[in-house]
Amino acid sequence: MAYSDKVIDHYENPRNVGSFDKNDPSIATGMVGAPACGDVMKLQLKIDEAGIIEDAKFKTYGCGSAIASSSLVTEWVKGKSIEEAQKLSNTEIAEELALPPVKIHCSILAEDAIKAAIADYNSKK
Amino acid sequence: MKLPIYLDYAATTPVDPRVAEAMMQCLTMDGTFGNPASRSHRFGWQAEELVDIARNNIADLVNADPREIVFTSGATESNNLAIKGAAKFYQKKGKHVITAKTEHKAVLDTCRELERQGFEVTYLDVLPNGLVDLNVLESAMRDDTVLVSIMHVNNEIGVVQDIEKIGELCRARKIVFHVDAAQSAGKLPIDLAELKVDLMSFSGHKIYGPKGIGALFVRRKPRIRLEAQMHGGGHERGFRSGTLAVHQIVGMGEAFRIAKEDMEKDTQHILELRARLWEGVKDIEEIYINGDDKHFVPGIFNISFNFVEGESLIMALKDMAVSSGSACTSASLEPSYVLRALGLTDELAHSSIRFSIGRFTTEEEIDHVIGQVNNAIGKLREMSPLWEMFKDGIDLNTIEWEAH
Repeated sequence: MAYSDKVIDHYENPRNVGSFDKNDPSIATGMVGAPACGDVMKLQLKIDEAGIIEDAKFKTYGCGSAIASSSLVTEWVKGKSIEEAQKLSNTEIAEELALPPVKIHCSILAEDAIKAAIADYNSKK
Repeated sequence: MKLPIYLDYAATTPVDPRVAEAMMQCLTMDGTFGNPASRSHRFGWQAEELVDIARNNIADLVNADPREIVFTSGATESNNLAIKGAAKFYQKKGKHVITAKTEHKAVLDTCRELERQGFEVTYLDVLPNGLVDLNVLESAMRDDTVLVSIMHVNNEIGVVQDIEKIGELCRARKIVFHVDAAQSAGKLPIDLAELKVDLMSFSGHKIYGPKGIGALFVRRKPRIRLEAQMHGGGHERGFRSGTLAVHQIVGMGEAFRIAKEDMEKDTQHILELRARLWEGVKDIEEIYINGDDKHFVPGIFNISFNFVEGESLIMALKDMAVSSGSACTSASLEPSYVLRALGLTDELAHSSIRFSIGRFTTEEEIDHVIGQVNNAIGKLREMSPLWEMFKDGIDLNTIEWEAH
């Protein structure tokens, strides 16, 4: 599979790999995907009292484009409000990384991970 | 050491320089370029002689009669000719065929085609080590079974089936027995004078010969008959028409000659490298060898690295050419059907890497591979949420995953 330079860069130097304590009330955790499908993404957002995403971390089990999609998302959401992050769409991710058609599901998964994290945050309130 | 390191010998092998040299003598005006079917001049006679020598070399490796060797375009065509040809010729006797779920696609897809033509096919489950259970096979045999097709060595996991015993079961019931030996010829001793195998498929390019050439062994005693799948000038005793590709045949013949001469040396070399590779990776946690620990060919080493996805692993192993059971590296979205048939979980199937070692692999290359595998697994597990959960003692089976 020929990947774009951006995918390879994110894969080789993933940004913001790691975990926050998921029980901390300021931490939003979204885990999406399934091992059976070959992709599991865990995205965590650290959200301040004003609803701004201060920090983000991820861990991903999946192919190179799944790792790159989640790494990219952690960069993009930092500094954004919850509302802004909610609006990030998979097509922006796919375009930025020039994902081939068979890998579009990786960008969808990354979008789902943001939504799942925000849902988790809202449920904690 | 040249990078990347080739560790995909089960996919194809480079042509041995001795083979390439022999092939080059069969192409140009100065060489033996004639049509072996030309009976009226020296060009034809010389080509025919080279084809005869190649046929002898191929027959020699597997202890068959040269008249039992039919040239084809490769093992896929040999499998097609054997399975369709025998099933159709013997269909008055019955229309039931038996094969296994772990066979190569060239066998499975040919069987699917027979089903579309009104045959019934039983696809046997295999044991967790990949072996066909002989009791299960025997109980699948019926009065209308005309053909059993079981591969000798599996291309993904390297497990060696007991074709001696399977042959006996088939012969006792007068069922034609076909064996796909694409991965075993030249790697294991094969004695067709002893084995009760009726049809056996061979490939040129899996044993340092050229691509685009293969052969089918068709037993003469007891005589096995086939319905031809390619019609024309009646070449290869009517089994397979088409002008013989002399340079390809000469290459395959030379490859089989060398394989016989070097089999012991090659096997020893590959066994040592396999042991070296295992020594270098065996301390990694949560790794599993796929296949059987007694019945295997040394060249195929299939390992699952739990909690790491195969395609990302292949990306991390960028200095080497290996293949993976991961869905992401195949055209379909399913992980390897062979590993699934062994009962592996999807995670383990997605996490598998096939290292296939060959004649030209070196110790230095294996040492480099060991270093990169260890680094890659460490890096990817650091990034894997599944590994984190495993380390936290969470049983992944208790989680309700959302399939997508």
